[in-house]
Amino acid sequence: MSHNTLLVFEITILVLAIFLGIEVISKVPALLHTPLMSGTNAIHGVVIVGAMIVLGQPDKSAFTWIVGFAAVVLASANVVGGFVVTDRMLEMFKSRQRPKKPEDE
Amino acid sequence: MSTNLANLLYLISIVSFVLALRFLSNPAHARRGNQIGAAGMLLAIVVTWIRVGSTGWWAIAIAMVIGGGFGAVAARKVQMTAMPQMVALFNGVGGGAAALIALAELHRVLPEPGAPTADISLGIALSALIGSISFAGSMVAFAKLQELIGGRPITYVGQQFVNGALFITALGCSIALVSGVQDEWLLWVTILASLAFGVLFVLPIGGADMPVVISLLNAFTGIAVALGGFELQNNLLIVAGMLVGASGTLLTLMMARAMNRSVANVLFGAFGQVSEAAAAVAAGDGGSVRSASAEDVAVMLAYAHKVVFVPGYGLAVAQAQHDVRQLADLLEAKGVEVSYAIHPVAGRMPGHMNVLLAEANVPYPQLKEMDEANPEFSRTDVAVVVGANDVVNPDARNNQGSPIYGMPILNVDDAQTVVVLKRSMNPGFAGIENPLFYNPKTVMLFGDAKASIDQLIADVKPL
Repeated sequence: MSHNTLLVFEITILVLAIFLGIEVISKVPALLHTPLMSGTNAIHGVVIVGAMIVLGQPDKSAFTWIVGFAAVVLASANVVGGFVVTDRMLEMFKSRQRPKKPEDE
Repeated sequence: MSTNLANLLYLISIVSFVLALRFLSNPAHARRGNQIGAAGMLLAIVVTWIRVGSTGWWAIAIAMVIGGGFGAVAARKVQMTAMPQMVALFNGVGGGAAALIALAELHRVLPEPGAPTADISLGIALSALIGSISFAGSMVAFAKLQELIGGRPITYVGQQFVNGALFITALGCSIALVSGVQDEWLLWVTILASLAFGVLFVLPIGGADMPVVISLLNAFTGIAVALGGFELQNNLLIVAGMLVGASGTLLTLMMARAMNRSVANVLFGAFGQVSEAAAAVAAGDGGSVRSASAEDVAVMLAYAHKVVFVPGYGLAVAQAQHDVRQLADLLEAKGVEVSYAIHPVAGRMPGHMNVLLAEANVPYPQLKEMDEANPEFSRTDVAVVVGANDVVNPDARNNQGSPIYGMPILNVDDAQTVVVLKRSMNPGFAGIENPLFYNPKTVMLFGDAKASIDQLIADVKPL
Protein backbone atom coordinates (compact mmCIF):
# COMPACT_ATOMS: atom_id res chain seq x y z
CA MET A 1 0.00 0.00 0.00
CA SER A 2 1.47 3.37 -0.95
CA HIS A 3 1.84 6.00 1.71
CA ASN A 4 -0.86 8.17 0.20
CA THR A 5 -3.35 5.29 0.16
CA LEU A 6 -2.48 4.63 3.77
CA LEU A 7 -2.96 8.28 4.68
CA VAL A 8 -6.41 8.35 3.06
CA PHE A 9 -7.30 5.16 4.89
CA GLU A 10 -6.16 6.61 8.21
CA ILE A 11 -8.10 9.81 7.65
CA THR A 12 -11.22 7.73 6.94
CA ILE A 13 -10.86 5.94 10.26
CA LEU A 14 -10.20 9.26 12.01
CA VAL A 15 -13.36 10.87 10.66
CA LEU A 16 -15.51 7.85 11.54
CA ALA A 17 -14.06 7.91 15.07
CA ILE A 18 -15.13 11.55 15.42
CA PHE A 19 -18.75 10.62 14.73
CA LEU A 20 -18.56 7.60 16.99
CA GLY A 21 -17.20 9.76 19.82
CA ILE A 22 -19.98 12.32 19.46
CA GLU A 23 -22.64 9.63 19.19
CA VAL A 24 -21.52 7.76 22.30
CA ILE A 25 -21.05 10.87 24.46
CA SER A 26 -24.33 12.57 23.65
CA LYS A 27 -26.12 9.93 25.74
CA VAL A 28 -24.17 10.64 28.95
CA PRO A 29 -26.19 12.57 31.58
CA ALA A 30 -24.74 15.74 33.17
CA LEU A 31 -24.67 13.80 36.45
CA LEU A 32 -21.75 11.80 35.08
CA HIS A 33 -19.81 14.53 33.30
CA THR A 34 -16.90 14.55 35.73
CA PRO A 35 -16.37 10.77 35.56
CA LEU A 36 -16.78 11.09 31.78
CA MET A 37 -14.02 13.65 31.57
CA SER A 38 -11.85 11.52 33.78
CA GLY A 39 -12.73 8.33 31.89
CA THR A 40 -11.86 9.79 28.50
CA ASN A 41 -8.71 11.12 30.13
CA ALA A 42 -7.78 7.55 31.00
CA ILE A 43 -8.56 6.34 27.48
CA HIS A 44 -6.17 8.78 25.84
CA GLY A 45 -3.58 7.14 28.05
CA VAL A 46 -3.46 4.66 25.17
CA VAL A 47 -0.57 6.89 24.10
CA ILE A 48 1.44 4.45 26.22
CA VAL A 49 1.32 2.04 23.27
CA GLY A 50 3.15 4.61 21.16
CA ALA A 51 5.61 5.34 23.94
CA MET A 52 6.39 1.63 24.36
CA ILE A 53 6.97 1.24 20.61
CA VAL A 54 9.44 4.15 20.69
CA LEU A 55 11.33 2.90 23.73
CA GLY A 56 11.28 -0.67 22.41
CA GLN A 57 13.08 0.11 19.15
CA PRO A 58 16.27 -1.85 18.60
CA ASP A 59 19.57 0.06 18.13
CA LYS A 60 18.24 3.32 19.47
CA SER A 61 20.39 6.38 20.07
CA ALA A 62 20.89 7.79 23.56
CA PHE A 63 18.51 10.58 22.61
CA THR A 64 15.69 8.16 21.73
CA TRP A 65 16.44 6.26 24.92
CA ILE A 66 15.93 9.30 27.14
CA VAL A 67 12.94 10.71 25.27
CA GLY A 68 11.25 7.31 24.97
CA PHE A 69 11.80 6.55 28.64
CA ALA A 70 10.29 9.88 29.67
CA ALA A 71 7.34 9.24 27.34
CA VAL A 72 6.61 5.85 28.91
CA VAL A 73 6.82 7.34 32.42
CA LEU A 74 4.38 10.13 31.56
CA ALA A 75 2.00 7.87 29.63
CA SER A 76 1.83 5.23 32.37
CA ALA A 77 1.03 7.93 34.93
CA ASN A 78 -1.80 8.98 32.61
CA VAL A 79 -3.17 5.43 32.22
CA VAL A 80 -2.97 4.28 35.81
CA GLY A 81 -3.96 7.59 37.37
CA GLY A 82 -6.80 8.06 34.92
CA PHE A 83 -8.43 4.70 35.49
CA VAL A 84 -7.94 4.71 39.27
CA VAL A 85 -9.40 8.19 39.70
CA THR A 86 -12.39 7.32 37.50
CA ASP A 87 -12.97 4.11 39.41
CA ARG A 88 -12.88 5.97 42.73
CA MET A 89 -15.49 8.39 41.47
CA LEU A 90 -17.81 5.78 40.01
CA GLU A 91 -17.53 3.58 43.07
CA MET A 92 -19.48 6.25 44.90
CA PHE A 93 -22.44 6.22 42.54
CA LYS A 94 -24.30 3.49 44.36
CA SER A 95 -28.03 3.64 44.30
CA ARG A 96 -29.88 3.21 47.51
CA GLN A 97 -33.19 1.72 46.43
CA ARG A 98 -36.07 3.97 47.37
CA PRO A 99 -39.65 2.76 47.25
CA LYS A 100 -40.95 6.17 46.17
CA LYS A 101 -38.49 6.57 43.33
CA PRO A 102 -38.33 3.28 41.46
CA GLU A 103 -35.51 3.00 38.92
CA ASP A 104 -36.86 2.74 35.45
CA GLU A 105 -33.63 1.49 33.96
CA MET B 1 3.41 -11.58 16.89
CA SER B 2 2.42 -10.56 13.36
CA THR B 3 1.23 -7.02 12.71
CA ASN B 4 -2.14 -8.32 11.55
CA LEU B 5 -2.74 -10.32 14.70
CA ALA B 6 -1.65 -7.35 16.81
CA ASN B 7 -4.06 -5.07 14.95
CA LEU B 8 -6.92 -7.52 15.47
CA LEU B 9 -6.20 -7.61 19.20
CA TYR B 10 -6.00 -3.81 19.21
CA LEU B 11 -9.48 -3.86 17.70
CA ILE B 12 -10.71 -5.60 20.85
CA SER B 13 -9.19 -2.76 22.87
CA ILE B 14 -10.94 -0.21 20.66
CA VAL B 15 -14.30 -1.94 21.19
CA SER B 16 -13.71 -2.01 24.94
CA PHE B 17 -13.07 1.76 24.96
CA VAL B 18 -16.29 2.40 23.06
CA LEU B 19 -18.17 0.19 25.51
CA ALA B 20 -16.57 2.02 28.43
CA LEU B 21 -17.98 5.31 27.18
CA ARG B 22 -21.29 3.70 26.30
CA PHE B 23 -21.73 2.31 29.83
CA LEU B 24 -21.14 5.76 31.27
CA SER B 25 -24.66 6.75 30.21
CA ASN B 26 -26.08 5.10 33.33
CA PRO B 27 -24.69 5.49 36.86
CA ALA B 28 -25.56 1.88 37.65
CA HIS B 29 -23.28 0.47 34.93
CA ALA B 30 -20.69 3.21 34.74
CA ARG B 31 -18.15 1.53 36.97
CA ARG B 32 -18.37 -1.72 35.01
CA GLY B 33 -17.72 0.32 31.87
CA ASN B 34 -14.57 1.81 33.32
CA GLN B 35 -13.34 -1.66 34.24
CA ILE B 36 -13.97 -2.86 30.70
CA GLY B 37 -11.96 0.11 29.44
CA ALA B 38 -9.12 -0.70 31.83
CA ALA B 39 -9.12 -4.34 30.67
CA GLY B 40 -8.93 -3.18 27.05
CA MET B 41 -6.00 -0.96 27.96
CA LEU B 42 -4.23 -3.84 29.68
CA LEU B 43 -4.70 -5.99 26.57
CA ALA B 44 -3.22 -3.23 24.38
CA ILE B 45 -0.22 -2.92 26.69
CA VAL B 46 0.40 -6.67 26.77
CA VAL B 47 0.12 -6.97 22.97
CA THR B 48 2.56 -4.09 22.52
CA TRP B 49 4.87 -5.58 25.12
CA ILE B 50 5.07 -8.86 23.17
CA ARG B 51 5.47 -7.08 19.82
CA VAL B 52 8.33 -4.91 21.01
CA GLY B 53 10.42 -7.99 21.78
CA SER B 54 13.08 -8.36 24.38
CA THR B 55 15.08 -5.29 23.25
CA GLY B 56 13.21 -2.85 25.43
CA TRP B 57 11.55 -4.95 28.10
CA TRP B 58 13.59 -3.78 31.04
CA ALA B 59 13.56 -0.15 30.16
CA ILE B 60 9.81 -0.23 29.57
CA ALA B 61 9.16 -2.09 32.82
CA ILE B 62 11.18 0.38 34.89
CA ALA B 63 9.55 3.40 33.24
CA MET B 64 6.09 1.89 33.76
CA VAL B 65 6.72 1.21 37.42
CA ILE B 66 7.87 4.80 37.97
CA GLY B 67 5.01 6.42 36.06
CA GLY B 68 2.32 3.95 37.09
CA GLY B 69 3.42 4.07 40.72
CA PHE B 70 3.19 7.83 40.76
CA GLY B 71 -0.22 7.74 39.05
CA ALA B 72 -1.63 5.12 41.39
CA VAL B 73 -0.45 6.84 44.57
CA ALA B 74 -1.59 10.28 43.45
CA ALA B 75 -4.97 8.96 42.33
CA ARG B 76 -5.50 7.02 45.57
CA LYS B 77 -4.52 9.85 47.87
CA VAL B 78 -6.31 12.74 46.22
CA GLN B 79 -9.32 14.24 47.97
CA MET B 80 -12.52 14.27 45.95
CA THR B 81 -12.51 18.06 46.11
CA ALA B 82 -9.10 18.15 44.44
CA MET B 83 -10.25 15.92 41.60
CA PRO B 84 -10.26 18.62 38.88
CA GLN B 85 -6.58 19.43 39.26
CA MET B 86 -5.75 15.71 39.35
CA VAL B 87 -7.55 15.20 36.04
CA ALA B 88 -5.67 18.22 34.66
CA LEU B 89 -2.38 16.72 35.77
CA PHE B 90 -3.01 13.28 34.24
CA ASN B 91 -4.25 14.95 31.08
CA GLY B 92 -1.12 17.07 30.83
CA VAL B 93 1.30 14.16 31.13
CA GLY B 94 -0.59 12.34 28.37
CA GLY B 95 -0.13 15.35 26.09
CA GLY B 96 3.53 15.53 27.07
CA ALA B 97 4.00 11.87 26.17
CA ALA B 98 2.48 12.48 22.72
CA ALA B 99 4.88 15.38 22.11
CA LEU B 100 7.90 13.32 23.24
CA ILE B 101 6.93 10.46 20.92
CA ALA B 102 6.82 12.92 18.02
CA LEU B 103 10.28 14.17 18.93
CA ALA B 104 11.74 10.67 19.11
CA GLU B 105 10.07 9.61 15.86
CA LEU B 106 11.40 12.58 13.92
CA HIS B 107 14.87 11.91 15.30
CA ARG B 108 14.59 8.34 14.04
CA VAL B 109 13.16 8.96 10.55
CA LEU B 110 15.25 12.00 9.54
CA PRO B 111 18.57 10.19 8.95
CA GLU B 112 16.82 7.62 6.76
CA PRO B 113 17.14 8.16 3.01
CA GLY B 114 14.33 10.23 1.46
CA ALA B 115 12.09 12.72 3.21
CA PRO B 116 9.54 11.35 5.68
CA THR B 117 6.25 10.86 3.84
CA ALA B 118 3.36 13.23 4.43
CA ASP B 119 1.37 10.93 6.71
CA ILE B 120 4.32 10.55 9.07
CA SER B 121 5.49 14.16 9.11
CA LEU B 122 1.92 15.43 9.46
CA GLY B 123 1.44 13.25 12.53
CA ILE B 124 4.78 14.25 13.99
CA ALA B 125 4.39 18.00 13.55
CA LEU B 126 0.80 18.29 14.72
CA SER B 127 0.96 15.88 17.64
CA ALA B 128 4.05 17.74 18.89
CA LEU B 129 2.20 21.06 18.53
CA ILE B 130 -1.08 20.03 20.14
CA GLY B 131 0.51 17.75 22.74
CA SER B 132 2.82 20.54 23.93
CA ILE B 133 -0.04 23.03 24.23
CA SER B 134 -2.00 20.47 26.22
CA PHE B 135 0.94 19.69 28.50
CA ALA B 136 1.81 23.31 29.31
CA GLY B 137 -1.82 24.42 29.54
CA SER B 138 -2.76 21.55 31.85
CA MET B 139 0.17 22.28 34.16
CA VAL B 140 -0.94 25.91 34.48
CA ALA B 141 -4.53 24.76 35.09
CA PHE B 142 -3.22 22.37 37.76
CA ALA B 143 -1.19 25.14 39.40
CA LYS B 144 -4.17 27.49 39.41
CA LEU B 145 -6.60 24.97 40.90
CA GLN B 146 -4.04 23.79 43.44
CA GLU B 147 -3.60 27.49 44.26
CA LEU B 148 0.12 27.38 43.58
CA ILE B 149 -0.49 30.50 41.53
CA GLY B 150 -3.38 32.95 41.82
CA GLY B 151 -6.71 31.89 40.36
CA ARG B 152 -7.47 35.41 39.17
CA PRO B 153 -7.09 36.15 35.47
CA ILE B 154 -3.65 37.50 34.61
CA THR B 155 -3.74 39.99 31.76
CA TYR B 156 -1.31 42.43 30.19
CA VAL B 157 -1.20 44.72 27.21
CA GLY B 158 -0.57 43.01 23.88
CA GLN B 159 -1.45 39.59 25.27
CA GLN B 160 -3.49 38.45 22.27
CA PHE B 161 -0.71 39.65 19.97
CA VAL B 162 1.99 37.67 21.80
CA ASN B 163 -0.21 34.56 21.88
CA GLY B 164 -1.01 34.93 18.20
CA ALA B 165 2.66 35.34 17.29
CA LEU B 166 3.65 32.23 19.27
CA PHE B 167 0.91 30.15 17.71
CA ILE B 168 1.78 31.29 14.18
CA THR B 169 5.45 30.48 14.84
CA ALA B 170 4.54 26.96 15.98
CA LEU B 171 2.15 26.43 13.09
CA GLY B 172 4.62 27.83 10.54
CA CYS B 173 7.37 25.45 11.64
CA SER B 174 4.90 22.53 11.52
CA ILE B 175 3.87 23.39 7.99
CA ALA B 176 7.51 23.63 6.94
CA LEU B 177 8.12 20.16 8.37
CA VAL B 178 5.11 18.67 6.62
CA SER B 179 6.04 20.26 3.33
CA GLY B 180 9.35 18.42 3.43
CA VAL B 181 11.97 20.67 5.05
CA GLN B 182 14.17 18.19 6.89
CA ASP B 183 15.45 19.94 9.93
CA GLU B 184 15.06 18.77 13.48
CA TRP B 185 15.25 22.28 14.94
CA LEU B 186 11.94 23.10 13.27
CA LEU B 187 10.28 20.61 15.61
CA TRP B 188 12.15 22.02 18.60
CA VAL B 189 10.88 25.50 17.77
CA THR B 190 7.37 24.08 17.31
CA ILE B 191 7.49 22.45 20.73
CA LEU B 192 8.98 25.44 22.55
CA ALA B 193 6.57 27.92 20.96
CA SER B 194 3.62 25.61 21.73
CA LEU B 195 4.70 25.22 25.35
CA ALA B 196 4.93 28.99 25.75
CA PHE B 197 1.59 29.39 24.01
CA GLY B 198 -0.01 26.80 26.30
CA VAL B 199 1.16 28.67 29.40
CA LEU B 200 0.17 32.13 28.19
CA PHE B 201 -3.15 30.93 26.83
CA VAL B 202 -4.35 29.46 30.14
CA LEU B 203 -2.86 32.12 32.46
CA PRO B 204 -5.47 34.81 31.68
CA ILE B 205 -8.38 32.43 32.25
CA GLY B 206 -10.03 32.75 35.66
CA GLY B 207 -10.25 29.81 38.05
CA ALA B 208 -14.02 29.58 37.67
CA ASP B 209 -13.64 28.78 33.98
CA MET B 210 -10.98 26.11 34.50
CA PRO B 211 -13.43 23.19 34.02
CA VAL B 212 -14.08 24.30 30.45
CA VAL B 213 -10.36 24.66 29.84
CA ILE B 214 -9.53 21.24 31.26
CA SER B 215 -12.21 19.67 29.12
CA LEU B 216 -10.80 21.41 26.05
CA LEU B 217 -7.24 20.37 26.86
CA ASN B 218 -8.51 16.83 27.38
CA ALA B 219 -9.83 16.93 23.82
CA PHE B 220 -6.47 18.35 22.68
CA THR B 221 -4.54 15.45 24.20
CA GLY B 222 -6.94 13.04 22.51
CA ILE B 223 -6.29 14.68 19.15
CA ALA B 224 -2.52 14.68 19.77
CA VAL B 225 -2.70 10.94 20.49
CA ALA B 226 -4.74 10.33 17.33
CA LEU B 227 -2.11 12.19 15.29
CA GLY B 228 0.52 10.09 17.03
CA GLY B 229 -1.32 7.16 15.46
CA PHE B 230 -0.57 8.65 12.03
CA GLU B 231 3.15 8.86 12.72
CA LEU B 232 3.34 5.32 14.09
CA GLN B 233 0.71 3.97 11.66
CA ASN B 234 -1.29 2.59 14.51
CA ASN B 235 -5.09 2.34 14.27
CA LEU B 236 -5.56 1.94 18.01
CA LEU B 237 -4.04 5.35 18.71
CA ILE B 238 -6.02 6.97 15.89
CA VAL B 239 -9.41 5.65 16.98
CA ALA B 240 -8.99 5.88 20.76
CA GLY B 241 -7.39 9.32 20.53
CA MET B 242 -10.06 10.67 18.27
CA LEU B 243 -12.88 9.21 20.39
CA VAL B 244 -11.53 11.35 23.21
CA GLY B 245 -10.91 14.31 20.91
CA ALA B 246 -14.50 14.30 19.67
CA SER B 247 -16.15 13.62 23.01
CA GLY B 248 -13.98 16.19 24.79
CA THR B 249 -14.89 18.83 22.23
CA LEU B 250 -18.58 18.08 22.59
CA LEU B 251 -18.34 18.16 26.38
CA THR B 252 -16.57 21.53 26.20
CA LEU B 253 -19.38 22.94 24.07
CA MET B 254 -22.03 21.55 26.43
CA MET B 255 -20.31 23.14 29.43
CA ALA B 256 -19.96 26.52 27.75
CA ARG B 257 -23.65 26.34 26.84
CA ALA B 258 -24.53 25.61 30.48
CA MET B 259 -22.89 28.95 31.34
CA ASN B 260 -24.56 30.63 28.36
CA ARG B 261 -21.22 31.73 26.98
CA SER B 262 -19.34 30.84 23.85
CA VAL B 263 -16.14 28.83 24.12
CA ALA B 264 -14.32 31.79 22.55
CA ASN B 265 -15.64 34.05 25.30
CA VAL B 266 -14.42 31.63 27.97
CA LEU B 267 -10.97 31.34 26.40
CA PHE B 268 -10.32 34.92 25.40
CA GLY B 269 -12.70 36.96 27.57
CA ALA B 270 -10.50 37.02 30.72
CA PHE B 271 -13.71 36.46 32.66
CA GLY B 272 -13.83 37.61 36.25
CA GLN B 273 -12.68 41.08 35.40
CA VAL B 274 -15.83 42.74 36.65
CA SER B 275 -16.53 46.06 35.04
CA GLU B 276 -16.44 48.75 37.72
CA ALA B 277 -19.85 50.08 36.72
CA ALA B 278 -21.58 46.72 37.20
CA ALA B 279 -19.94 46.24 40.57
CA ALA B 280 -21.09 49.68 41.65
CA VAL B 281 -24.68 48.95 40.58
CA ALA B 282 -24.71 45.71 42.50
CA ALA B 283 -23.26 47.24 45.64
CA GLY B 284 -25.44 50.35 45.41
CA ASP B 285 -28.87 48.75 45.74
CA GLY B 286 -27.55 46.68 48.57
CA GLY B 287 -30.05 47.21 51.33
CA SER B 288 -29.81 45.23 54.50
CA VAL B 289 -28.90 41.64 55.19
CA ARG B 290 -30.92 39.49 57.55
CA SER B 291 -28.96 36.96 59.54
CA ALA B 292 -30.42 34.20 61.66
CA SER B 293 -29.27 31.79 64.33
CA ALA B 294 -28.96 28.07 63.72
CA GLU B 295 -31.90 27.46 66.07
CA ASP B 296 -34.23 29.61 63.96
CA VAL B 297 -33.16 27.85 60.81
CA ALA B 298 -33.54 24.44 62.45
CA VAL B 299 -37.17 25.22 63.28
CA MET B 300 -37.82 26.37 59.72
CA LEU B 301 -36.37 23.17 58.34
CA ALA B 302 -38.04 20.75 60.72
CA TYR B 303 -41.52 22.14 60.04
CA ALA B 304 -41.14 22.50 56.28
CA HIS B 305 -42.85 20.20 53.78
CA LYS B 306 -40.19 20.44 51.15
CA VAL B 307 -36.55 21.41 51.54
CA VAL B 308 -34.09 21.74 48.66
CA PHE B 309 -30.35 21.86 49.26
CA VAL B 310 -28.31 23.86 46.77
CA PRO B 311 -24.68 22.83 47.21
CA GLY B 312 -21.76 24.81 45.82
CA TYR B 313 -18.02 24.65 45.99
CA GLY B 314 -18.05 26.10 49.52
CA LEU B 315 -19.61 22.83 50.65
CA ALA B 316 -16.79 20.91 49.06
CA VAL B 317 -14.10 23.09 50.59
CA ALA B 318 -15.63 22.69 54.05
CA GLN B 319 -15.92 18.90 53.43
CA ALA B 320 -19.51 19.25 54.59
CA GLN B 321 -21.14 16.83 52.12
CA HIS B 322 -21.42 14.08 54.76
CA ASP B 323 -22.94 16.47 57.28
CA VAL B 324 -25.46 17.73 54.74
CA ARG B 325 -26.52 14.16 54.05
CA GLN B 326 -26.95 13.53 57.78
CA LEU B 327 -29.08 16.63 58.10
CA ALA B 328 -31.12 15.54 55.06
CA ASP B 329 -31.64 12.05 56.52
CA LEU B 330 -32.75 13.56 59.80
CA LEU B 331 -35.26 15.79 58.03
CA GLU B 332 -36.54 12.89 55.94
CA ALA B 333 -37.10 10.91 59.11
CA LYS B 334 -39.31 13.77 60.24
CA GLY B 335 -41.33 13.48 57.02
CA VAL B 336 -39.79 16.40 55.15
CA GLU B 337 -39.34 15.92 51.40
CA VAL B 338 -35.67 16.54 50.64
CA SER B 339 -33.85 16.93 47.35
CA TYR B 340 -30.68 18.51 46.03
CA ALA B 341 -30.61 20.99 43.17
CA ILE B 342 -27.37 20.79 41.25
CA HIS B 343 -26.28 23.47 38.84
CA PRO B 344 -24.34 22.04 35.89
CA VAL B 345 -21.26 24.12 36.75
CA ALA B 346 -21.47 23.88 40.54
CA GLY B 347 -18.07 22.95 41.88
CA ARG B 348 -14.97 23.08 39.80
CA MET B 349 -15.98 20.64 37.09
CA PRO B 350 -19.26 19.77 35.42
CA GLY B 351 -20.84 17.11 37.57
CA HIS B 352 -18.25 17.65 40.31
CA MET B 353 -20.97 18.23 42.90
CA ASN B 354 -22.67 14.97 41.96
CA VAL B 355 -19.44 13.15 42.66
CA LEU B 356 -19.03 14.80 46.04
CA LEU B 357 -22.59 14.04 47.11
CA ALA B 358 -22.32 10.50 45.81
CA GLU B 359 -19.22 10.19 47.99
CA ALA B 360 -21.45 11.04 50.94
CA ASN B 361 -23.86 8.27 49.89
CA VAL B 362 -26.62 10.57 48.75
CA PRO B 363 -28.81 8.40 46.52
CA TYR B 364 -28.62 9.85 43.02
CA PRO B 365 -32.40 9.91 42.42
CA GLN B 366 -32.47 12.78 44.97
CA LEU B 367 -30.07 14.82 42.85
CA LYS B 368 -32.03 17.13 40.56
CA GLU B 369 -30.47 18.82 37.57
CA MET B 370 -31.25 22.43 36.89
CA ASP B 371 -34.13 21.96 34.44
CA GLU B 372 -35.80 19.53 36.79
CA ALA B 373 -35.14 21.58 39.93
CA ASN B 374 -36.22 25.06 38.81
CA PRO B 375 -39.99 24.44 38.46
CA GLU B 376 -39.92 22.87 41.93
CA PHE B 377 -38.71 25.94 43.79
CA SER B 378 -42.12 27.64 43.72
CA ARG B 379 -43.51 24.86 45.89
CA THR B 380 -40.42 24.61 48.08
CA ASP B 381 -40.62 25.91 51.63
CA VAL B 382 -36.94 26.32 52.33
CA ALA B 383 -34.05 26.41 49.88
CA VAL B 384 -30.76 25.92 51.68
CA VAL B 385 -27.81 27.35 49.75
CA VAL B 386 -24.61 25.79 51.06
CA GLY B 387 -21.51 27.54 49.78
CA ALA B 388 -22.95 28.34 46.36
CA ASN B 389 -22.94 31.87 45.05
CA ASP B 390 -22.80 32.64 41.34
CA VAL B 391 -25.13 29.80 40.36
CA VAL B 392 -27.94 31.34 42.44
CA ASN B 393 -27.20 34.98 41.60
CA PRO B 394 -30.38 36.67 40.30
CA ASP B 395 -28.20 39.25 38.51
CA ALA B 396 -27.74 36.58 35.87
CA ARG B 397 -31.44 37.10 35.01
CA ASN B 398 -31.89 40.79 35.74
CA ASN B 399 -28.71 42.87 35.61
CA GLN B 400 -27.41 43.38 32.08
CA GLY B 401 -24.22 44.91 33.44
CA SER B 402 -23.31 41.78 35.36
CA PRO B 403 -20.57 39.61 33.88
CA ILE B 404 -22.72 36.54 34.40
CA TYR B 405 -25.80 38.07 32.76
CA GLY B 406 -27.57 35.40 30.73
CA MET B 407 -26.14 32.41 32.60
CA PRO B 408 -28.97 30.03 33.53
CA ILE B 409 -29.23 29.88 37.32
CA LEU B 410 -31.13 28.00 39.98
CA ASN B 411 -34.12 30.19 40.84
CA VAL B 412 -33.91 29.72 44.60
CA ASP B 413 -35.65 33.07 45.13
CA ASP B 414 -38.89 31.36 44.01
CA ALA B 415 -38.88 29.40 47.26
CA GLN B 416 -40.76 30.65 50.32
CA THR B 417 -37.56 31.19 52.24
CA VAL B 418 -33.93 31.04 51.24
CA VAL B 419 -31.28 30.17 53.80
CA VAL B 420 -27.76 31.01 52.72
CA LEU B 421 -24.89 29.36 54.58
CA LYS B 422 -21.85 31.48 54.00
CA ARG B 423 -18.57 32.23 55.67
CA SER B 424 -18.85 36.02 55.32
CA MET B 425 -20.22 38.66 52.99
CA ASN B 426 -17.22 38.38 50.66
CA PRO B 427 -18.13 37.88 47.02
CA GLY B 428 -17.63 34.38 45.61
CA PHE B 429 -14.96 32.81 43.46
CA ALA B 430 -15.66 34.97 40.43
CA GLY B 431 -15.71 38.13 42.60
CA ILE B 432 -19.28 39.17 41.74
CA GLU B 433 -21.80 40.75 44.13
CA ASN B 434 -24.96 38.75 44.77
CA PRO B 435 -28.26 40.61 45.38
CA LEU B 436 -29.84 37.36 46.58
CA PHE B 437 -28.27 38.05 49.97
CA TYR B 438 -30.20 41.33 50.23
CA ASN B 439 -33.53 39.77 49.22
CA PRO B 440 -36.11 40.11 52.04
CA LYS B 441 -36.88 36.36 51.70
CA THR B 442 -33.28 35.49 52.44
CA VAL B 443 -31.75 34.79 55.80
CA MET B 444 -28.02 34.37 56.19
CA LEU B 445 -26.41 31.83 58.48
CA PHE B 446 -22.82 32.95 58.79
CA GLY B 447 -19.97 30.62 59.59
CA ASP B 448 -18.04 27.66 58.25
CA ALA B 449 -20.44 25.46 56.27
CA LYS B 450 -19.53 22.29 58.15
CA ALA B 451 -19.84 23.89 61.58
CA SER B 452 -23.18 25.47 60.65
CA ILE B 453 -24.61 22.21 59.36
CA ASP B 454 -23.43 20.35 62.45
CA GLN B 455 -25.12 22.98 64.59
CA LEU B 456 -28.31 22.56 62.55
CA ILE B 457 -28.20 18.79 63.05
CA ALA B 458 -27.88 19.28 66.79
CA ASP B 459 -30.77 21.76 66.80
CA VAL B 460 -33.09 19.73 64.54
CA LYS B 461 -32.69 16.50 66.53
CA PRO B 462 -34.71 17.44 69.63
CA LEU B 463 -37.52 19.08 67.62
